[in-house]
Amino acid sequence: MKRIAVVALNTFREAVRDRVLYNLVFFALVMMAASILAGQISIGIEQTVIVTLGLSAISVIGLLISVFIGVGLVSKEMDKRTLYALLAKPVRRWEFLLGKFGGLVLTLAVNTAAMGMGLFLALLYAKQTLERGDATVFVAVYFIWLKLALVVALALLFSCFTTPLLAILFTAGLYVVGLYVQELRDLPKGVMSPGMAAFTKWLSYLLPNFENFNVMALAAHGRQVPGAFIVQNTLYAVVYCTLVLTTAVAVFSKRNLK
Amino acid sequence: MRQALSKNENMTELAIDTENLTKEYPYGFLHLKKKASLEGLNMQVETGEVFGFIGPNGAGKSTTIKLLLRLIFPTAGSARILGKPIGDIDMHRDIGYLPEQPYFYDYLTAEELLDYLARFHDLTAADRKARIQRMLKKVGLETAKKIQLRKYSKGMLQRVGLAQAILHDPKVVILDEPMSGLDPVGRREVRDIILELKRDGKTVLFSTHILSDAEMLCDRVGVIVGGKLRGVGAPEQIVDMKSQGMEILFELPGQSTTPLLSKATRTGDRYRLQVPEEEIYGAIDQLRAAGARILSVVEMKATLEEYFMNLVEADRAQAAAVEVSGK
Ligand SMILES: Nc1ncnc2c1ncn2[C@@H]1O[C@H](COP(=O)(O)OP(=O)(O)OP(=O)(O)O)[C@@H](O)[C@H]1O
Ligand SMILES: [Mg+2]
Repeated sequence: MKRIAVVALNTFREAVRDRVLYNLVFFALVMMAASILAGQISIGIEQTVIVTLGLSAISVIGLLISVFIGVGLVSKEMDKRTLYALLAKPVRRWEFLLGKFGGLVLTLAVNTAAMGMGLFLALLYAKQTLERGDATVFVAVYFIWLKLALVVALALLFSCFTTPLLAILFTAGLYVVGLYVQELRDLPKGVMSPGMAAFTKWLSYLLPNFENFNVMALAAHGRQVPGAFIVQNTLYAVVYCTLVLTTAVAVFSKRNLK
Repeated sequence: MRQALSKNENMTELAIDTENLTKEYPYGFLHLKKKASLEGLNMQVETGEVFGFIGPNGAGKSTTIKLLLRLIFPTAGSARILGKPIGDIDMHRDIGYLPEQPYFYDYLTAEELLDYLARFHDLTAADRKARIQRMLKKVGLETAKKIQLRKYSKGMLQRVGLAQAILHDPKVVILDEPMSGLDPVGRREVRDIILELKRDGKTVLFSTHILSDAEMLCDRVGVIVGGKLRGVGAPEQIVDMKSQGMEILFELPGQSTTPLLSKATRTGDRYRLQVPEEEIYGAIDQLRAAGARILSVVEMKATLEEYFMNLVEADRAQAAAVEVSGK
């Protein structure tokens, strides 16, 4: 556990030194623009504009970081051979992998938390009042973070057995597909052969369901998210990450370094 | 029972023990063909000895070392370090490793890197800090310790690599080409560090191309060519110890001359004459008669280098023969 934490903290330090957190400046600019825009349009929809823009920005920025840094987490260390001296220490490969994952998820936590706070302040500034439903913004940001953790796990898995470029493509592709899992489930079964129906059913459960993490509409209208849904999403992310990371560990533990 | 015990005792005396260690890499269409980088290596390194691993480029030295450290996995065979199978990662607390052409996180300073890597060992914070400062001093990086590694030169990285390899006081130190990229001073310092490790009773396995270093430092060397171990022994043992004759270095003043001059080679004012051992006194007498000033007389011994070259030549000839017969 200690060794995982050591790797994770170094990964976090790397992200900070590589100026990953500079994206916060970009996000601040987006929020300012959103506030000004909201002020210009008719009253009553400031909340919708600010929340929608803000959450989208958090999601997009987070996805870029997750995919690009996520794929590089392990592959860069193998490429540059920084891993050699490390693996000669009493550290197991799974500890290294989990540490890398934990480090980036920690980076994303700091990042999304800061952006979520910024979004909340912008909302407060625009509305000048506070309602209970406004806390949904934080739930939405939490869900985005869960989603990003899942993306990082997938990026890590792909980078363990293919080239970085392909890993980026696979991760991005799977993310897009994962947005439409519900549609896949809802396909009319009548038009398909039984085999095909069974296949799509299995596929829809195998693929990560990213749309589940989207509560933008609720947040935009200040409606509350049921507690059971929060628990459900959390469990889903934990279980799915565990499965993906277990596979990644299995692949990486057998891998010959260059 | 008794036999088993004594066998066990023997095993613990070996610092490194490989058995039929083999690594093949697939290549070509669909990876159907296989090329062996290392073929059935059986090598024993005893506790407390400095063992030199020498061989030409691509011989399999780094392959062996990476196999020992579980960076790559063998196609066949097994190995033990300090009596434990190499799959046991806990044993790494007693191993230090310097990778070939080391490269480290370039966003860290030397001090931070050592701190990061030291955290994987069970050291108290105070002990860790003290050791890091001692190591930085030892490898001559005290003044550069606050500089990010991206600004380090090749030799400086090599020094950081050495520092992290010995920081935790390991029992077995494995160095892949520790001298490469170092200036003469640095090489001297590394030699001193290796000797110091030996004095402290550590086992050192290092690979090198620099035969004089191997000759100077090693209790034993292993010569590996084409993935196979070709000879193991003390440097002076594995080369033919028979004297190859004597060499006289002399100066000849003015116009004087002697029939021996035709056999000598001249560099500047000096001559070098090689004669069989039984003719040495006759030659000296002749030279004195001609008024030569004799500067030195030394015995010519086969060097590790010649031995090494012979092996490599033989291997090339064999490879060429195989190629021809294969066509
Ligand atoms: N990842 C790999 N894939 C295919 N072949 C490899 C791989 N790594 C090493 N080899 C081959 O294995 C052989 C031995 O390589 P190795 O790195 O062990 O040599 P070496 O003795 O360390 O040489 P050098 O003195 O140049 O460092 C070489 O022929 C090399 O081409
Ligand atoms: Mg090598």
